Amino acid sequence: MAHTTAVDVPSPASTTRTRSGRGRPGLNERKRSRTGLLFVLPFALVFVAFLVAPLLYAFYLSLYSKGLATGVVFAGVKNYTTAFTDPSFLKGVWFVVRFALVLIPVQMFVSLALALVLDGLTTRFARFARLMIFLPYAIPAVIGALMWGFLYSPTFGPMQQIADLFGAQAPFLLDADHVFGGLMNVVTWQWAGYYMIIIFAALRGIDSSIYEAARIDGASAWQIAYRVKVPMISSALLLILVFALIGTLQFFTEPQALRLVSNGTITPDFTPNIYAFSQAFAYANFNYASAISFSLGIVVFIAVYVFLFLTRKRGSIA
Amino acid sequence: MRKSILAGASGIALALALSACATSANNSGGGGGAGSAPSAEESGTSPKLTDCTNKMKNDAPQVSVWGWYPNMANVVDNFNAAHTDVQICWNNVGQGQDEYTKVQTAISAKKGLPGVVMLEADHLSSYTIQDALVDLVPYGADDVKANFSEGAWKDVSQGDKVFGIPVDGGPMALIYRTDVFEKYGITTPPKTWAEFAEQAAKVKAAGGPVFGDLGSNVPAAFMALQIQKGAVPFGYDINDPQALTVKLNDQASKDVLNYWADLANKDLVGKQDQFTTDYISGVVNGKYATYTSAAWAPGYLTGAGVGKGQSKGVWGVAPLPQWDEANPVSVNWGGSTFAVTKQATDKKLAAIVAKGIYADPASLEEGWKKQIIFPLNQAVLKSPEFAENTSEFFSGQQANKEVYLPAEAAYKGVTYAPITTYYYAQLQAELVKINSGKVTGDQAADELQANIVKYAESQGFKVTQ
Repeated sequence: MAHTTAVDVPSPASTTRTRSGRGRPGLNERKRSRTGLLFVLPFALVFVAFLVAPLLYAFYLSLYSKGLATGVVFAGVKNYTTAFTDPSFLKGVWFVVRFALVLIPVQMFVSLALALVLDGLTTRFARFARLMIFLPYAIPAVIGALMWGFLYSPTFGPMQQIADLFGAQAPFLLDADHVFGGLMNVVTWQWAGYYMIIIFAALRGIDSSIYEAARIDGASAWQIAYRVKVPMISSALLLILVFALIGTLQFFTEPQALRLVSNGTITPDFTPNIYAFSQAFAYANFNYASAISFSLGIVVFIAVYVFLFLTRKRGSIA
Repeated sequence: MRKSILAGASGIALALALSACATSANNSGGGGGAGSAPSAEESGTSPKLTDCTNKMKNDAPQVSVWGWYPNMANVVDNFNAAHTDVQICWNNVGQGQDEYTKVQTAISAKKGLPGVVMLEADHLSSYTIQDALVDLVPYGADDVKANFSEGAWKDVSQGDKVFGIPVDGGPMALIYRTDVFEKYGITTPPKTWAEFAEQAAKVKAAGGPVFGDLGSNVPAAFMALQIQKGAVPFGYDINDPQALTVKLNDQASKDVLNYWADLANKDLVGKQDQFTTDYISGVVNGKYATYTSAAWAPGYLTGAGVGKGQSKGVWGVAPLPQWDEANPVSVNWGGSTFAVTKQATDKKLAAIVAKGIYADPASLEEGWKKQIIFPLNQAVLKSPEFAENTSEFFSGQQANKEVYLPAEAAYKGVTYAPITTYYYAQLQAELVKINSGKVTGDQAADELQANIVKYAESQGFKVTQ
């Protein structure tokens, strides 16, 4: 992380240097670079105090292991080897990876489709719809999740009430067979509006003369959407893909909030983040929890790196 | 590239949140210090007493207390009014697991614990092994020993040490719907578990509701039912804190798991988690013919809205069904104690609070009359008023005299493991699997045993199986 700061900071200074000549690093120039540093300082301080330092501390913790009966001993990488052979952790990672693989395409498709439709409409209804679609994002995740918990309720949820009309039993969307879809629905509902706004803003940034040119060339509305709009907002799509990927691998809030109404389906090791939380605060194992958090960080890093590597061509155009 | 670095950073952002709370967790020495008895002042300090929920009655020195009893405000006022030597500064930081999370964090941080903390009896050893609680015997715990039954006292004792003063308990019994029983021709509540299963099948065959409920989220209750059959899940002695006996797959444990798995597979009992809106709405609507629960259940159910409107006057209570009618066994679910923490600034004053809080007649009377608690104090249990009391919830039945008092008197106490939270989570996971028909009772017990042994060994215990 310090690396990024180091790259960012000297760049204004180096351009100054080339301009003022190689031989004499004048007083004026040094003053300027100091001013630049001062501008970065507030951010750097907060960054170091609240991100770098805790990260280092957590890493330090993760190198020790604490048994309830034995006390603290230096463990080296043992916590990490334990984590990557711990069925609970691996099961959680496998769940969030599968979840990401299914959720992200669905979410992208929904938000892209919504944004394209709203971009094509110019009525007052479009503004209202935009607000309504965005609204779920404005509801705190915990409240949204609890609300869905009630909607899913097998006793008084609307699904069951509809099923009752036909004398049937509605599926409980949080049982072991359906929890995947049940959670996906909650997350898509919560985030599709947010991604839609990002895509929508990108669409608004396209010069409308391009559409005119496409129309003169005989492109239909579908063709304009698919061949003009989508390629031109690919950088926005890439951005939300990365957001969604990171967010999904760190899946925590919704399953944690729905845990109490899930009839035990959502276990304390359901996702890696929930597992780390349980280890730290329920089982008093901060050291192992730190190791799990770092291991998850490694998984996220690899996933995002692989992803950016695969999409780097499009990324570089943007 | 920068994006990926940022991504990696946010991936470990949780580590940041965790570590912020873990100050000095790495040098707290774990639980190894039980025998070394470090001096009190080294174990940290209580928070400053600036933020109390209650108002003081005088200028005496204060002791901070965490507790969640519904009538805690009155209990604290009663205590403070009666004491000129010490005053309670009380806060409610959450109930059960919510509080334990904060307690655990404060223990790891070595600061932030109050002087006196409310803990359920089954969680005491989880904290004594971290050397977080004070042995109350040197502080006069024996003065109040006579106030409690032998079983209740055993639950707060480890060896000859005492780590909490009991307040309430949860002798278990069978709460049932009189209207359902009447409709399906059950004249006497089941006396044995065999009868329970028989009647369950009978009601089901007649198109009635499920007979009970196997909620996965009440592992403590399930453990009690296993103990009733003769299981001794854990053996643990504070004088040898690294040794732990784990026996979760003995025949008794397996029998009880198999029994309930069988009921669940035949849909004779529900599979709904308890303490949820869904469960309560089912209870109100007569979806469950019985509720296997503790003495505090009527109070809890009343608070949740049961016993009013359509579910008024339809409740009765009977002794818990037995495995062997000739040798009845009484078991307990829940109940809390007040413990003094090693972080207490003045342990003597804190011990006075632990012994005196919720022990005065006025508080106890409010507690049991409003059915907030089932008190363990013998002064109440032996009073004719308590025994003769007719319960409104149970339509005038003398529930204390008929059911709960004998159950409490016969309770023998249990030895809990210092890994209660982990054990409950694993038992819950197995109950979920049983409810979904994925494992048999035998498999669940064996899995549980292997799992808990592995965990205990990873925590440094020498495990005897």
